Amino acid sequence: MRPVAPFLVLSTVLLSTPSLSQDDDNGWGVEFQSFVLGTYAVRTAGEPPPGPEGDKFLLAEERLRLDLTLWTEAIEAEARLMLDGLHDAVSGKFDLDLREAYLDYSTGDLDFRLGRQIATWGVGDLLFINDIFPKDWVSFFAGRPLEYLKLGVDSARMRYSSAALNAELMVITSFRPDTLPTPGRFFLHDDFADVVDRSRILPDTGVGNPEVALRLYRRIAGFDASAYAYRGYWRSPAQQADDPNMPTQITQFFPALSVYGISAQGQAMGGVLSLEGGYYDSREDKAGDDPAIANSEARFLIGYQRQLSKDFTFGIQYYAEVMMDFGAYEQALTDNVVSKKKIHDIVSLRLTRFFRHQTWTLSLFTFYSPAEQDYLLQPQVAYRVSDNFSTTLGANLFGGEMRTTFFGQFDRNDNLYLTLRYDF
Amino acid sequence: MKENSVPSIVTLTFCWAAMFVSVGALAQSTGSFASADEIMERSQRAYHFAGEDAKGRLTMELIDRKGNTRQRVLTMLRRNQESTGQQKYFMYFHEPGDVRRMTFMIWKYPERDDDRWIYVPAVDLIRRIAAEDKYSSFVGSDFSYEDVSGRDTSEDAHSVLGEEMLEDRDAFVVESIPRRAAAFTRRVSWIDKEIFLPLKEEYYDAQDQLQRIFTANVIEDIAAGDGGDRRSYPTIMKRTMENVRTGHRTEVTVVSVSYDLGLQDDDFSERRMRRPPRAWIR
Repeated sequence: MRPVAPFLVLSTVLLSTPSLSQDDDNGWGVEFQSFVLGTYAVRTAGEPPPGPEGDKFLLAEERLRLDLTLWTEAIEAEARLMLDGLHDAVSGKFDLDLREAYLDYSTGDLDFRLGRQIATWGVGDLLFINDIFPKDWVSFFAGRPLEYLKLGVDSARMRYSSAALNAELMVITSFRPDTLPTPGRFFLHDDFADVVDRSRILPDTGVGNPEVALRLYRRIAGFDASAYAYRGYWRSPAQQADDPNMPTQITQFFPALSVYGISAQGQAMGGVLSLEGGYYDSREDKAGDDPAIANSEARFLIGYQRQLSKDFTFGIQYYAEVMMDFGAYEQALTDNVVSKKKIHDIVSLRLTRFFRHQTWTLSLFTFYSPAEQDYLLQPQVAYRVSDNFSTTLGANLFGGEMRTTFFGQFDRNDNLYLTLRYDF
Repeated sequence: MKENSVPSIVTLTFCWAAMFVSVGALAQSTGSFASADEIMERSQRAYHFAGEDAKGRLTMELIDRKGNTRQRVLTMLRRNQESTGQQKYFMYFHEPGDVRRMTFMIWKYPERDDDRWIYVPAVDLIRRIAAEDKYSSFVGSDFSYEDVSGRDTSEDAHSVLGEEMLEDRDAFVVESIPRRAAAFTRRVSWIDKEIFLPLKEEYYDAQDQLQRIFTANVIEDIAAGDGGDRRSYPTIMKRTMENVRTGHRTEVTVVSVSYDLGLQDDDFSERRMRRPPRAWIR
C-alpha cells in the first residue's frame, strides 16, 4: 500500500473551507458541500488471492466528495455535480468517480433531468426486480456505504405528475454494466477459470439506440402501485467460449433483455407490505437453449416490515427467480459448466435497533437461499460521533454448501470493515 | 413568556371568535369554562391545525446531560383538509450534512394509521415507513413522531383537574389517560385559557413516574393575510421537551413561520419529495 499523503493534503485544504450556501436577491444560488470517506475492509478468511491485486485488504480507499449545486428561482432549474476523488490504497492508484452530474428543470406537470443520474425503482430491500439500473456489488460486498451500491446512468429522464397517473421515462444513452467482483481481488467461481484470453463487448447503445425504462404509478386502494417496462440488456455479462469443450478464448457480452413488472407497497397489519413481480424476457435466448445466455425468468418478491418495539424494526422478504425454459437449458449444458437450479430463492431478514438518541445503530442484514443453501450475513454497528463525524464497523460473512453458488463462491472473501466519514 | 402586542390581542380574539362561530359545533366564547374534551380539541386545533396551511423553518437542538449538542435544521409544511380532518405534512432536512435533501411525508388521518414515506436522495429512493413507529424518536430527538404531528384527542380520556396560573397565564389543567397502550400512561397538560396552546405537559410512565416535560418557552402572534382579511395565529416559537430520567432535552426553535400560503393538496406528493420547489426550502 502506498502512502496516502497527497490525498490528505488536498483534503485538509478543502476541510478548511466551510460548507457554503448562498442566495442572492435575483434568485440565483450556489451550495457546496463535501465529505471525506475512508473505507477499509480486511480479509478475515485466510490468504488473499494470488496476483498483484490480491491483498490482505479487500478494499482500502479514501474518497473526497465534491457536491456542488447551482440553481435559479427565475425558472425552476438546478445544476448539480457530485464527484469523488479517490485513492485506492490496494492498487496505489488515484482516480475520479463521477457519481452524478445533471441538469434539472421543472415546468407545469413535468420534471426533466438530463445527465448522469442515480435512479432506484421497485419496493424490494436490496432485492431488485424492476430496478434494472446498474449496481456496484463490489461496494456492497466490501463495506462501502449503501449509496455506493447504485451506479449512475447517462440518461434523459422525464416525469409527468397528475392526480390520475404519474409517469417516469428514462432514456439511457450509454450502457453501464454492473460492477462485479473480479478474480484479481475476490475468490469466486468461474466456469472458465483457466482461460486467460478474454474480451468484453458492450452493447452498441447511443442516442439512436438507447435503453428505455418506463414507470407508471399512482395510488390504488391506499397502496403505492407501479407498473414498469424496460428494453435494454442484461447488466451482468454472458460468457461465450470459442469452443465449449476446449475453451481457449472467452468473450463476455450483454444479451438483449426486456423486463415487464408491477409493484405495490402500503400499510398492512401495522407494518408495511411490499409486493413486486416481473417477467425477464431474454430476447437473444427465446428458446432457452443457449447455455451462454440466461433464460427468460419470472421473478417475484413479498416483503413485510414493522416495528417490534420503540426504535427497533424488522423486515423480512421472500424472493424467487424461476427459469422459464429450464429443460432446454439443462439439455444444452456442456459438462464443464455447473448447472443452475430452476428456482433460485432468497429469504432476507433485516433487524435495526437505535440506541442513545439514534447516535448508535445496531443492524443485521442477512440473505439466505433455501435453493442454493448459501448465505451472506452483514452485521453492522454505526456510531455518530457528532453531527459531522460518523463511523461504522461491520462484516460481510459469506458461506454455503457449495463454492459454485452465488454467495457460496465468495466464501473465502469474508471481511471486516471500518468506515469513517466526515461531512463539511 | 408571551410576546404580544395590544392590537394583535384584539385581532386574535376576534379571529378566534369568528373561527369558532364558523366551526359551529365548537362555538363558545373563549375564557369561559369548557369541558375537558372541548379544551383538548381546541388545544389540538390551536397547536397542530392553526391556519389552513403553514410553513416553518425549525432548528432542533439535541442536548445531552453533559451539554453536548447536535443540531437538525428542517423545513416543515403542513396542510389541513377541513372537510375530512386529514392533514398532510412535508419535511425537508437542511442539516446535518449527511441527511441534507432528505424528505419525509406524512398523511395523517383522524381515525386510522398514518401513511408515511421517506425519500433518500443519495439513491433516489422513496420508501414507506411503518406507521407503528409513531412512538419512536423523531430524528433522535426527545420528541416522538406523534409529538411532532399531534395525537388524536379521541385516543385519550380527558378530565379537568382544575385551573392554575402558570407564569402570568391562566391555564386549564387537564389530565389525559390513553384508552389503549401508548408511549405514556398519563399526561397532565396546562392549556392556556385564552389561546388554548399547551404551556406545559408532563408525561408519566407505567410506574406513574414523571418521564418527560414539555414546555412552551416562547409564544408569538404570527400574522397572515392582507387588509380586511388579516388574521393572526398564536404560535409556539420555542419549545422544549426534556427527559427527566436521562437529562437529555430537545429545544425546537421556529426560525421563521408563515400561514395560509395557499398550499395545494398535490404539493404533498412523491414529486415534491423528490424535488421540492426552491421557494419552499431556501
